[in-house]
Amino acid sequence: MEGERLASQARSSGLPAGGATAESPGVDAPLLGSSGSSALLQAEVLDLDEDEDDLEVFSKDASLMDMNSFSPMMPTSPLSMINQVKFEDEPDLKDLFITVDEPESHVTTIETFITYRIITKTSRGEFDSSEFEVRRRYQDFLWLKGKLEEAHPTLIIPPLPEKFIVKGMVERFNDDFIETRRKALQKFLNRIADHPTLTFNEDFKVFLTAQAWELSSHKKQGPGLLSRMGQTVRAVALSMRGVKSRPEEFMEMNNFIEIFSQKINLIDKISQRIYKEEREYSDEMKEYGPIHVLWSASEEDLVDSLRGVARCLDQCCKATEKRMSGLSEALLPAVHEYVLYSEMVMGVMKRRDQIQAELDSKVEALTYKKADTDLLIEEIGKLEDKVECANNALKADWERWKHNMQNDIKSAFTDMAEENIHYYEQCLATWESFLASQTDLHMEETSEDKPESH
Amino acid sequence: MTENNFWLKKIEINVSEAEKRTGRNAMNMQETYTAYLIETRSVEHTDGQSVLTDSLWRRYSEFELLRNYLLVYYPHIVVPPLPEKRAEFVWHKLSADNMDPDFVERRRIGLENFLLRVASHPILCRDKIFYLFLTQEGNWKETVNETGFQLKADSRLKALNATFRVKNPDKRFTELKHYSDELQSVISHLLRVRARVADRLYGVYKVHGNYGRVFSEWSAIEKEMGDGLQSAGHHMDVYASSIDDILEDEEHYADQLKEYLFYAEALRAVCRKHELMQYDLEMAAQDLASKKQQCEELATGTVRTFSLKGMTTKLFGQETPEQREARIKVLEEQISEGEQQLKSKNLEGREFVKNAWADIERFKEQKNHDLKEALISYAVMQISMCKKGIQVWTNAKECFSKM
Repeated sequence: MEGERLASQARSSGLPAGGATAESPGVDAPLLGSSGSSALLQAEVLDLDEDEDDLEVFSKDASLMDMNSFSPMMPTSPLSMINQVKFEDEPDLKDLFITVDEPESHVTTIETFITYRIITKTSRGEFDSSEFEVRRRYQDFLWLKGKLEEAHPTLIIPPLPEKFIVKGMVERFNDDFIETRRKALQKFLNRIADHPTLTFNEDFKVFLTAQAWELSSHKKQGPGLLSRMGQTVRAVALSMRGVKSRPEEFMEMNNFIEIFSQKINLIDKISQRIYKEEREYSDEMKEYGPIHVLWSASEEDLVDSLRGVARCLDQCCKATEKRMSGLSEALLPAVHEYVLYSEMVMGVMKRRDQIQAELDSKVEALTYKKADTDLLIEEIGKLEDKVECANNALKADWERWKHNMQNDIKSAFTDMAEENIHYYEQCLATWESFLASQTDLHMEETSEDKPESH
Repeated sequence: MTENNFWLKKIEINVSEAEKRTGRNAMNMQETYTAYLIETRSVEHTDGQSVLTDSLWRRYSEFELLRNYLLVYYPHIVVPPLPEKRAEFVWHKLSADNMDPDFVERRRIGLENFLLRVASHPILCRDKIFYLFLTQEGNWKETVNETGFQLKADSRLKALNATFRVKNPDKRFTELKHYSDELQSVISHLLRVRARVADRLYGVYKVHGNYGRVFSEWSAIEKEMGDGLQSAGHHMDVYASSIDDILEDEEHYADQLKEYLFYAEALRAVCRKHELMQYDLEMAAQDLASKKQQCEELATGTVRTFSLKGMTTKLFGQETPEQREARIKVLEEQISEGEQQLKSKNLEGREFVKNAWADIERFKEQKNHDLKEALISYAVMQISMCKKGIQVWTNAKECFSKM
C-alpha cells in the first residue's frame, strides 16, 4: 500500500503546479494520460488502494490527482483557497456543490421528524448525472458519519450538529433550532466534499444521490450491529490498557487539542452570552426612542430636538439588530463547529491510540511467548503497517485541519470586528447628522438673550 | 425678604469640596454626614480677577432649610430644586448608597448648580437669608427659624382641599399643572428606561472582556496565530473597560434631566398657591354674598333661605326690633369689612398671577435652552462612544487579520 506519501508540498502552490510536483511516479501517470488511457488508469487506481472506493479520475481537474493515496494534504485545498481569497470564487476548483434547504416536517403514527432537501450539482464523471435532489433526515446524516469514521478511523471527520439541545428547549422543532441545524448540516456535507480523501467515499456518493428506498437497502449492507458492537468492546478494553509510548508528535497534538478544546468551549460560551446581552440591549432600546416622541407632544419648542434624538435611537436600535444577525450568521456557527470539531479530533486521537495499543499488546504477547510465535510475528507485521498508515493519515489530516481552523477562526473574528465597526459607523453617522441639525438652529438662537452664567 | 441687593459685584459660587463628618444629632446619637465647602468669590469688572470673599461648610439639611424658606416667602417663584436626597433611577452597577463617593460627587455638583440658579435669579438673589447662607456659618439656622417661616407655610391639607374645591382657577395655571404632571411622568419614564439601557450596555461591553483572558491563554499554544490573538485580546480588554467612563458621563446627563423632573414639582407648588389664593377669594366672596343676603332678609323681613335663627325665632318667639337693628348693624359692618378684604384679596390675586406668570415665562425659556443643550450634549457623548468603538474594533480587526 502506498502509505508513505506525505505531501510536504507548500499549501500556497498553485493548482497545476501542485499536481506536477507529485513525487510518486504512480500518480504522475494519471495526470499525463487523463484523456487517453482511461482503462489503464482505472486498473492502476484500483490497485493502489483497497480501502478507498474506486476513483474514476476522468476529470481534468488536477487537484484530484492526489486522492488515491494517503495524502489528504492537498497542495491546493479548495477550502483553504476559499478562505484565503475570500471574495474570489473559483468554481473550477470545486466540482461538487451541495446545498441543504427546505426543512419539512413529516408526521407518522410513530414519530415526527424533519427532512431536508439536499441538492448536489457536480461535473464529476463517476456521478450518473450532473444534478441530484434527495431528502434526508438527521438519522441519515448520523449513518453517513458513522460509515466515514469506520472507513477512515484516523481522519478528522467533520462534526455533525448536536442531536438536541437539552436546556431551554421547549419544543424540539422550533424555527431557530431547525435553521441552525440546516446550516450546520450544509457545512458538514461541504466539508466532506472539500476533503481530499472523504470526497470520494462511496457511502458519501450514495448519500447524495440515492432515493429513499435505495438508501435503506444500502444501509443494510454494512457490517452487522453485533460485529460493530464487538469492535467497540475490544476498543474500550484496549484503551483501558493505555498507550505505552505515544510518539512525540502525537503527544504535542494531544496537548494542543486539549487546551484548544477548553479555549474554544469558553469562546463559544462567551460569544453566546454576547449575543444574549445584545438581544436584551436591543429590547430596551426599542422603548427608549418612543419616549422622546411622547415627550415632544408636550414641548412645543423642543419638538425638533426630541424627535431628532428619537430617530437616532431608533436607527441605533436597528443597527444593533443587524450586528446581532451578523454574529449569528458568522461567528456563532463557526465557533460552535470548532467546539464539535475539537471533540471529533480528540476521538480520532483516541482511535489512533487504540490502533497502536493493539500493536503494543501483540508485541507484548510476543515478548512473553504467549502464543504461536510465527502467527504473532505475521500479525505484528500487519499491525505495524496499520499503525504507520493511521499515523500518516492523521498527521497529514491534522496539518490540513489546523490550517483550516486558523483560517476559519481568523475569518470569523475578522467578520465580527467588521460587524462592530459597521455598527459604530452607522450610529456615528446618525448622531452626527442630528448634531449638525441642532447646531445650525442653535446658531440662530444664540443671538437672543443668554441667561445668567451657571 | 428684603429689597436690597447684597451683591455689589458679580459673584462666583463654588461648592468645591465634600467631607465626611461625624457628630451628634438632635437625639444625641452618633451620625455620619457629608459637609460641603461653599466658596464665594467676587469678580472685578475690570480685569475679571476673582477674590475669595467667603468660605463656609454646609450640610444637605441646611440646603433643604434654605429652600423651604424660599418656598414660603416666594410662592410665586419657580424655586430651583435641590439634587435628589437619595439615589434613584439607579442602574445596578451604580451604588444607591448616599455615602458612595460617586454619588457625593454628583451631589456636590447638584448643590453648586442650585446655588448658581438662585444667585442668577433676579428676585431670589436679593434675599437676605440667601446672602447669610453664603456668608454666615454660625447661627444661620437660628436666624432662619426666627423668621417664623414655618408658621407662614400653608398646610398641605388646606392646599389639597383648595385643589378639589376651587371653582374658577386661572385657565393658564390649570394647563400648567397638567404640563408639569406630564413633564414629571415622561422624564421619570425616560430615566427608568435609560437606566435599563445603561445596564444592558454595560453587560455587552463587559462580556467582551472575557475574550481577552481566553485569547491570551489560547495564544500560548499557537505558533502563527499567537501574536494576533494576544494583541486582539488586549483590545477586547480596552473595549470592556471603556464602558465605565462612558456611563459615568451619561450619569451627568441623567442628572440634568432629573433637575427638570424636580422642577416639575416646583411648578406645581406655584399652581397650588394660586389655587389656594383663588379658593380663598371664592370663599370670601361667597361669605360676603351670604352676609349681604342675610342683611337683606333681616331688613325686609322675608325669609328666603333657611336659617337657624329663623327657626329658633319661630319656636321661641320673635326678636325685638331693637335686637334686629343691632344685628343688621353688625352685619353691615362685616359686609363693609368683607368688601375691603375682597378687594385686597382680588388685588393680591392679580399681583400673584402677574408675577408668577412672569417667572414662569422666564422658567420656560431657561428650560427650553437647558434641555436642548442637554440633548445636544447627549449626542456628543454618543458620538464619542461611537468613535472609541470604531477605534478599538479597527485595531482588533487588524490583529485578527494578522493571525
